[in-house]
Amino acid sequence: MSERVKFFPGREVSAEAFQSGSVLLTEYSTDLKYSWASGVAISKFLNELKNGKIVGRKCNRCDRILVPPRMFCEECFRLTDSWIYTKDTGTVNTYSIAYVGTDASRLKEPLYIAVINIDGASPGMGFLHLLNEIKSEKEIKVGMKVRAVWKEQSERTGSILDIKYFKPL
Amino acid sequence: MPRKVCVIGAGMTLFRRRMLETPKELAFEATRMALESAGIERKEVDTVVAGSAPDAFDGVHMKGEYLLDGSGGYARPYSRVFVGGATGVYTPIAAWWHVASGLSDVCLAVAEEKMSPLQPHPQYAFWSIFDHTIERPLGVTLLWIFALEMRRYMHAYNIKEEEIALVSVKNKANALDHPCAQLGAKITVEDVMKSEKMVWPVKRLDVSPTSDGAAAVVLASEEFAKRLTKDPVYVAGCGWNIDSTYWTNRDLSYPQYLENAARMAYKQAGIKNPRKEIDFAEVYDPFDYKELHHMEGLQFAKKGEAPKMTASGMTQRNGEFPINPSGGLLGVGNPIAAAGMMKVCEVYFQLTNQAGKRQVKKEVHTGLAQAWGDLMQYSSVLILRRN
Repeated sequence: MSERVKFFPGREVSAEAFQSGSVLLTEYSTDLKYSWASGVAISKFLNELKNGKIVGRKCNRCDRILVPPRMFCEECFRLTDSWIYTKDTGTVNTYSIAYVGTDASRLKEPLYIAVINIDGASPGMGFLHLLNEIKSEKEIKVGMKVRAVWKEQSERTGSILDIKYFKPL
Repeated sequence: MPRKVCVIGAGMTLFRRRMLETPKELAFEATRMALESAGIERKEVDTVVAGSAPDAFDGVHMKGEYLLDGSGGYARPYSRVFVGGATGVYTPIAAWWHVASGLSDVCLAVAEEKMSPLQPHPQYAFWSIFDHTIERPLGVTLLWIFALEMRRYMHAYNIKEEEIALVSVKNKANALDHPCAQLGAKITVEDVMKSEKMVWPVKRLDVSPTSDGAAAVVLASEEFAKRLTKDPVYVAGCGWNIDSTYWTNRDLSYPQYLENAARMAYKQAGIKNPRKEIDFAEVYDPFDYKELHHMEGLQFAKKGEAPKMTASGMTQRNGEFPINPSGGLLGVGNPIAAAGMMKVCEVYFQLTNQAGKRQVKKEVHTGLAQAWGDLMQYSSVLILRRN
């Protein structure tokens, strides 16, 4: 060390002390409820998912078809111009296999997740979703063509989950 | 023209999974150590900037206000900054404005994070960084975006998991020499490969831990610093930049926003060839692949070539171009904002020959610290130099 840097402060609490309560703890839990408005662009996107369609938004200045859709183009910084229906097929941009859940607990069955570039949108435009009907993990590849598997129309609610998952084409 | 700014002291606490101290007690310990290391007292401090990441870990809202007394900010112009994981290097950048502008002669930069209060695991708080309407219903965890980015990086340049694992092996070994380290260890590539799959390709030993800790630096005008030492450490350059929040529309294989931040800092520092003009770097490594990704964004290696540089041994502490001689987040620990500030402290310790067993062998004059965060889109870069 040096003349002035000799000692680093701090007192560790061991996992045992924490779990046995030998260190004084105050416990609290909270249940915050939120209701989020879906916004102008995403409300339309969700309503079209309910119809079994994927919709993007076009900016006439940069000529991009944006998915997920937005009412403004972040590049040109102007309002976007029109709704464009894309296909419900796409390409796996990247994928992973999740073995842990939201709170870091272990999942019984792994989840296949992917960023999917949507056909009919501009290159590189896509969204996050799940993959399924996968025979073996080795089957999943970057660049794999996939198609949306929709819920039955009567079960759709205007949610990202109206697409159950994407499956290999 | 901005005034010349110097770093005159640095301090940090131990980094551990759980600490007894409250966040303000941790902030106080790091701040006191930084002031003692500078050889000054709080009465000489004009302004204070605190940095801390999401409030949800502590369960305390308005963490700036909460950390105030422990950060030395009471009855001073004081503010808290927050740019996610990039906060730790952004906090001293904000302190730099205070001094460079002439507003103050001495400004404290303090970063603190206590992640352990959240049960059952701090991971849970990250759920709320995702889009509430089109991403959260899918059952997201923070690890998803890193795994997806890591996979895309591997695909773009045909990089193997084993090549990435070398970073974890190096950093955890470096951390064995850091007195504050939480996870210093001698491990092998095989250990990383065999460790539990979290979100493949991310395995347990590819990831830094969750931690409690604090770190701080003192910045001062050149005139003030020269009263303390003939040979101060200067802030040579700083930069920051952010990419779009539409992360599923980005090129995940290359951090363009970091290149932008780095070029901003290099321009200020008059650096044309970073690989030759910078002696060592503390690069943000919450995951092992991120060290490689960031080396490329910082222009230390061409796209896809950081793994080769790592495999050659060049980035070892005693190599030609040491990366993360501290042991990084993978080894020292990752109390988010404090982890970035730990890197700034390490650059200061190295430049002033105070790094003890971690002191790099070659003579060093210029070091760089970098952090990364928000929705994997923000980078902050700070370059320190001693003549």
